[in-house]
Amino acid sequence: MANYLRRCLWLLLLAPLAQAAETAPLPPVRIGLTPVFLDDQATFVNAWRTYLESHLKRPVTFVQRGSYRETVDMLREGKLDFAWVCGYPYVRNQNYFRLLAVPLYKGEPLYQSYIIVPASDKQTRSLNDLRGKVFAFSDPDSNSGHLYPEYLLARINETAASYFSKTFYTWSHRKVVEAVAAGLAQGGAVDGYVWDTLVFSHPELTGKTRIIAESPQFGHPPFVANRSVSPKLFKDMQKALLNMVHDPDGSPLLAILNLDGFVYGDPHLFDGIAEMFQFIENQRNASSQRR
Amino acid sequence: MLHLKDVSLWYKIPLRVAALVIVTASVLASVLVYRSINDLRDNLTANATQVGRLVADTLVEPIMHDDVWRAFEVVNLPFRSMPNQASDQSAEYILVLDTNNKVYVSNKPDRFPMMSAPAISEPSIATYLKTPAQPWPDELAVVDAPASNALFLLTPIKADGVRIGTLVMNYSKTPFAIRLRSLARDAIVITLLVLAALLPLGVYWGNRMAAPLLDLSNAMSKIGPHLPDPAEIRLEESKDEIGLLAKSFKAMLGELKEKEQLQQQVITSDRLAALGRLAAGVAHEINNPLGGMLNAISTFKRHGEQDPITLKTLSILERGLLQIKETVAALLVEARAQTRPFDLNDVADICTLVQPDTEKKQIDFTREIDLVEAQPISSTLVRQVIINLLLNAFHATQPHGHVHLHIYRDSEYLFVDVINDGSHIPQDKVSYLFEPFTSLSEGGSGLGLWVIYQIVQQLGGLITVQSEPDKTQFTVQLPLEGSHE
Repeated sequence: MANYLRRCLWLLLLAPLAQAAETAPLPPVRIGLTPVFLDDQATFVNAWRTYLESHLKRPVTFVQRGSYRETVDMLREGKLDFAWVCGYPYVRNQNYFRLLAVPLYKGEPLYQSYIIVPASDKQTRSLNDLRGKVFAFSDPDSNSGHLYPEYLLARINETAASYFSKTFYTWSHRKVVEAVAAGLAQGGAVDGYVWDTLVFSHPELTGKTRIIAESPQFGHPPFVANRSVSPKLFKDMQKALLNMVHDPDGSPLLAILNLDGFVYGDPHLFDGIAEMFQFIENQRNASSQRR
Repeated sequence: MLHLKDVSLWYKIPLRVAALVIVTASVLASVLVYRSINDLRDNLTANATQVGRLVADTLVEPIMHDDVWRAFEVVNLPFRSMPNQASDQSAEYILVLDTNNKVYVSNKPDRFPMMSAPAISEPSIATYLKTPAQPWPDELAVVDAPASNALFLLTPIKADGVRIGTLVMNYSKTPFAIRLRSLARDAIVITLLVLAALLPLGVYWGNRMAAPLLDLSNAMSKIGPHLPDPAEIRLEESKDEIGLLAKSFKAMLGELKEKEQLQQQVITSDRLAALGRLAAGVAHEINNPLGGMLNAISTFKRHGEQDPITLKTLSILERGLLQIKETVAALLVEARAQTRPFDLNDVADICTLVQPDTEKKQIDFTREIDLVEAQPISSTLVRQVIINLLLNAFHATQPHGHVHLHIYRDSEYLFVDVINDGSHIPQDKVSYLFEPFTSLSEGGSGLGLWVIYQIVQQLGGLITVQSEPDKTQFTVQLPLEGSHE
């Protein structure tokens, strides 16, 4: 009897605590962003966070870093739950990441890489004309801004270091456009989706550049999840992204992003990127063996 | 040829004031422009130096990491902060040179491509860029390239004390020159405005200053053989040096005038004295034989028988000789020994004596006798003087005219004023008034005033005359005995 009473007392005491534990705010969802889109729009990023918070019913934190590698490393180390990264780091880290969603651009989950030159340069027709010039890459871990031109050079048994007089990274696609527009670099590789979007928002910038080559279609930079993310959160997040197109709050955000929506992605979308990476690896190994 | 020192003060002082104003305004304006330019240059240098050090420090990491894009963003920063603003405080272009003095990055990549030699695009730098053997200055330096229209700010970029590059900031001098021109233009406009305000004021002041001097100069030029009347000289009364000078000048003129009058008086009295002596001499010389002749006639008449013709002739001779004696006696006025003091009875006598004359012409004769007791002076002579003066006055006065007698004294002198409203004595006759046989009218002997003068002289007194239309005043001043000696 005394035991029963004591138990009841304990329950009474603990009941509010249990209730408090249930209503305690959930830890924020940490989402890494990279310059695969125009990530320098603070107003847009805030609006997007508000949208995601209302759909996930928990706080959301966007984490932006100076390079793809930092974001990718944070995701691998579990410091992030999700990240919007390039297809290139995705194919290299498929063991650690789960494909969450792929953006739809022009109705397809695909995009291209553009090789651009300053608009004042009327002669250059292809990458072949840029030998010995200064070339701007966006990020070492970017497919469109680095891997694709490297692949093109590997195809003709060259590397960026041997082919160009000087190369540098701007750490964002937008800044590649700026570097080429300013004439700092005589050529650059840029995400086609970013360049196309800039045509709307900053025509004066893209107007100073000219596209000399377009790559084949690759899988659009995807949203990926850390493998340790709970299935519920994974589902919720997937739903939040995929529903954007139907949501009155989400569709204007998509319009700003210049995207048509998000879809479940197929990992095979990124096979093209993996092949290019493999080709370059083989080439590198072959040349180091020759040495 | 007109020499500056010969120019009138009327022009010279305003001209000098104007010159002073212009010089002052110009010097002030020039100093202000010079100061502004220096300040501007100092500001530019200070600003450039600050920006240079900041940019150089910020560039260390991008250069160490070979991060071209970051370096580009850094050198673009000073420009991005003020887009579309052509400030004269911002650099024309910025170069970052590597250790081989090749362009590492610049904010004008079109003009200075990466890895090019900057001297190709900008020959004026060539002199500072010969070879690595002639290194850039080790410390921050401002180089004024005379060949180009630019200033260069050279800042070493150092990592841990090792030079890894050089920051070159080029500042065009054109905005500087534009600023200089606008400053100079403002200064000139302000100077002209100041001059427009000050010059008329300066000229006015100059004229004010010159005016009294010119007045004085004009007044001085009037002094010639004839002295001007001090009342006609109009000079500004003030207490400054020019005012004092004018005052002194007026005093000098007054003294000169007084001296001139004194001289005139001395000449007159000298002449009268000489005449007196001459008359006395002549009278003595005549009196002696005259006395003899009259005695002879008298004796001849008393003794012996004379025929009527001789008696008649002698009588004619005697009358003539007596007339000569009277005349000589009148000329030879001699102050007799004093009889008795002059008192109010004498005045009453005089009035009685002249009464017939006043009645004849119906003259309004007024008297003002400010005496109560007898005066220690010869009554005979004073009576003679007063009667003569009154008779003269009655003679000069028109019928129904007015004559006033005023007798008064002070501690030393007895004064007799005789005033009439008759015809006035012309100025040129006043000098000769007291000489014998100077008659103002037809009827007079011409000896009345001479006698008065002689008596007054012998009594040691003064006689003056002031004559203006409708008022002629004789004043006799006679020393009283006892108080005089």
